Amino acid sequence: MGFKMKYVYLDYAATTPMDPEVIKEIEKHYRETYGNPSSFHKIGQNAAQILEKSREIVASLINAKTDEIFFTSSGTESDNLALKGVAFKNKGRGNHIITSSIEHHAVLHTCQYLEKQGFKVSYLPVDEYGLIDLKELEETITNKTILISIIFANNEIGTIEPIKEIGEIAKKHDVIFHTDAVQTLGKVPIDVEEMNIDLLSASAHKLYGPKGVGLLYIRGHGVRKGWGNYIEPLLHGGGHERGLRSSTENVPGIAGFAKAVELCKRSMKEESEKLIKFRDKIIKEITENIEDVYLNGHYTKRLPNNVNLGFRYIEGESIILSLDVEGIAASTGSACSSKSLEPSHVLLAIGQKPEDAHGSLRITMGRYTTEADIDYFLEKLPPIIEKLRKMSPLKNGKKYMFDPTYEINHHH
Amino acid sequence: MYSEKVMDHFRNPRNMGEMKNADAVGEVGNPVCGDLMYIYIKIKDDRINDISFQTFGCGAAIATSSMITELAKGKTLDEAMKITRDDIAGSLDGLPPIKMHCSNLASDGLRKAIENYRAKQKKE
Repeated sequence: MGFKMKYVYLDYAATTPMDPEVIKEIEKHYRETYGNPSSFHKIGQNAAQILEKSREIVASLINAKTDEIFFTSSGTESDNLALKGVAFKNKGRGNHIITSSIEHHAVLHTCQYLEKQGFKVSYLPVDEYGLIDLKELEETITNKTILISIIFANNEIGTIEPIKEIGEIAKKHDVIFHTDAVQTLGKVPIDVEEMNIDLLSASAHKLYGPKGVGLLYIRGHGVRKGWGNYIEPLLHGGGHERGLRSSTENVPGIAGFAKAVELCKRSMKEESEKLIKFRDKIIKEITENIEDVYLNGHYTKRLPNNVNLGFRYIEGESIILSLDVEGIAASTGSACSSKSLEPSHVLLAIGQKPEDAHGSLRITMGRYTTEADIDYFLEKLPPIIEKLRKMSPLKNGKKYMFDPTYEINHHH
Repeated sequence: MYSEKVMDHFRNPRNMGEMKNADAVGEVGNPVCGDLMYIYIKIKDDRINDISFQTFGCGAAIATSSMITELAKGKTLDEAMKITRDDIAGSLDGLPPIKMHCSNLASDGLRKAIENYRAKQKKE
């Protein structure tokens, strides 16, 4: 660690530290498994064996068949492959895609790109908790609909969508169902068979694995009854990954991903119980002890490790900056901390006013979070909120941000 | 991402708080965009005798508010009118590029306060 001071990391949704066992595994393969899995000789075939063993381990976590796992470079690549791959392959069949308004940018911006290419995209609204309406989903399906893409659990507010029910609807109407499970894999049990998921994106670095490794689960390895081949590649080349993702495989990284999955399988239940306890403790303590604060997202249909709170009258970047000074890493949906200067589209989609969305604080915990970390955070947060509110003209000031007469004069 | 000077003013803001007996107030920004600043001034012999701020906003918004109170205190109104966004950013050893425009509003706030004061003087 480059930090000498005490540091409490509460930003596991951004990324996770690698598990030491994963690092050991990757180091070993960087040394020993340098072969190209496409090579005929023993060095190459050894790498091919490691690759296929890793595929088997990863497949078992979501009840997939080994040949349905396709390794990529990231969750973003997997989302792009799923959406563009299905859209471009099936444009003769239909041009309509259904997604939600709270997708990760990897899905949202890909959909916007597809719109420019002539596809029609329906963005389903969500309720105040971030849940889509199943009835509305079904009513949105037309005979032109080829793909439904709904995030498994939202990265900002942690809301878990009714994935099994969405899968049933998709199956009933013979529409391909993709889900971005980047925040979900390893935290909540996933069964692609039981949930009727056709495509699923995930990323290793969110579950204590390496950065630069992702996967796309593809049902029937890209072949579907009545559709034939239903997905085409983004990358053309040597025909790796059954022709769907050319590039020499990142064998050490993929082996690290498999090790991370093994560790998750072992500890998921215990870890999620611990995190739910911490999560609910933070929510209870803060909402009971600080005024004008509210929970973003759902109380129970929620990732075990996610807390997202809105603090009125103050701005999120100044909260996370103050926490950082105290040695606590957290995140916010405020525009002021983003590169785009736009407040979180997720918070706007759950019905928040832009001025409220600026005051959000996201805490995401994980494997190495301890009760002492939570207590430290709970001790440091209230004085920060109090200090920033003292500075703010909104609290007890002449003007409240909820004043409907307030003239909008956007200066950005 | 912020300079040590920005962090110092963010952590220990100077002249922070509402001024009850202010001669004039300048308001800039909009909470919808994530920042709102109030600059309060007290004038004596055409000079800024006292100044304070209240700010809703990011680290840069708070630090620039704090900095302008230091830069403006004791200055004549004409001198204070000339303080620019660049002066404030420079005094803070720079701001991240993205913050130069959106959160660097304190000089506008001070100018508004002085304009409000002068308008009031004219009426009286």
